[in-house]
Amino acid sequence: MSKWEETKRQITESQIWQSIFRHGYEDTPRNRVMMVSGNIWLHLHPSKVRRHAVRMRFTWCMGGITFLMFLVTVVTGVYLMFYYRPTAEYAYADMKYLEFDMPFGMFMRNMHRWAAHGMVIAVWLHMFRVFLTGSYKPPREFNWVVGVILLVLTMLLSFTGYLLPWDQLSIWAVTVGSNMARATPLLGYEGPFAQYIGANPIYDARAFLFGGGEIGPHTLLRFYILHCIFIPLVASLFMAVHFWRIRRDGFSGPPV
Amino acid sequence: MATKAKKLSPEEQAALEAIRADDGAAKAAAVRGSLWSRRDFMGRLGWTGFTVFTTVSLLGFVRSAFPRVLFTPPSSFKAGFPNEYTIGEVSERFKQEQRVWIIREADGFYALFAKCTHLGCTPRWLKVEEKFKCPCHGSGFRKTGINFEGPAPRPLERFRISVAEDGQLVVDKSVVYRFERGDWDRPGAFLHA
Repeated sequence: MSKWEETKRQITESQIWQSIFRHGYEDTPRNRVMMVSGNIWLHLHPSKVRRHAVRMRFTWCMGGITFLMFLVTVVTGVYLMFYYRPTAEYAYADMKYLEFDMPFGMFMRNMHRWAAHGMVIAVWLHMFRVFLTGSYKPPREFNWVVGVILLVLTMLLSFTGYLLPWDQLSIWAVTVGSNMARATPLLGYEGPFAQYIGANPIYDARAFLFGGGEIGPHTLLRFYILHCIFIPLVASLFMAVHFWRIRRDGFSGPPV
Repeated sequence: MATKAKKLSPEEQAALEAIRADDGAAKAAAVRGSLWSRRDFMGRLGWTGFTVFTTVSLLGFVRSAFPRVLFTPPSSFKAGFPNEYTIGEVSERFKQEQRVWIIREADGFYALFAKCTHLGCTPRWLKVEEKFKCPCHGSGFRKTGINFEGPAPRPLERFRISVAEDGQLVVDKSVVYRFERGDWDRPGAFLHA
């Protein structure tokens, strides 16, 4: 057996590969039908759900509440976007205008804020429940990994949203929070081994995030785009995989 | 994942089975004689092109995240002529504006960053006691910048100091010299006068 074949076999037989793909795809008529009926883009909802899979005492409905909170932030967030300009000159004034002059502005802004808090709380409780019920164990370990990625994305959504009011609190909170990037090994200019890469205050991991050595107009725009477009989009994709795995896929959803 | 599978002839099917069953050996026998088939060559060429293109695009994207022009104050400043400094004195002339002490010794100059290495407060120069003292947690540093008391874990940092063409001193705050890395022996950390 060639080295290449051997490596390929080792990869496809490893636990990581098996937990993601589980089995090969055999090109049979039945599998083709399964591919259509199981496709997340074609049918978001499963045709049926087992009763025990939605029992409140088992699930606490925390995953569902997290998703609901996400939807609330998306709807209120789009509403806020209509009156918010992500530039250093206007951001703070627009936030004040939203808060005090716009009909229902304060309500929508607070709703966005509380839904965001609720999402973070619910996502932790969801993780706690999954841990307690042992639902991270094989064959579901890949879904746990997807869940951890979603947890990080939730945190990043909160973090990037924090800068947008563009007041002293948000600027300093992000200054402090981003100190971690400054200390990244190799990539942060104050981290270990930075001298081998040649990282310096304007060319390192934090500058990549900020668009310069310190928080400025670039940072506001960057965080705005990350907050409103990039992270929600990526999170939606991971959510699709996450939900699909639990509700539609063969091993934990109902048999088709 | 192919949605449209190629229809295989019985012979091809059999060959495929043989390859699957016999693993690499049968496959190796099939390609023996030629180094790369045309299909292999085109395939590898295509994938190489794709990889190179993707990598270069990715690097270009990462580079584009660092603006070429930053509208922030320059990192270096001119600190006047060498004869404006008295030998043995710690000059606080640029402390307020640039957060830098410039120290003139008999054999030259060095520039210390006025930021405590404990938690980043600005220490004070106590002339009588000949030391830098941090008001926050009491860290003390010798005139050279070496820490000797309090919680500060390492000496103060030095900046690059040199002489400009017009004869003035220039301090570049983007170049940092740390004692614990042995940087203070490097040329820019001390300006011989």
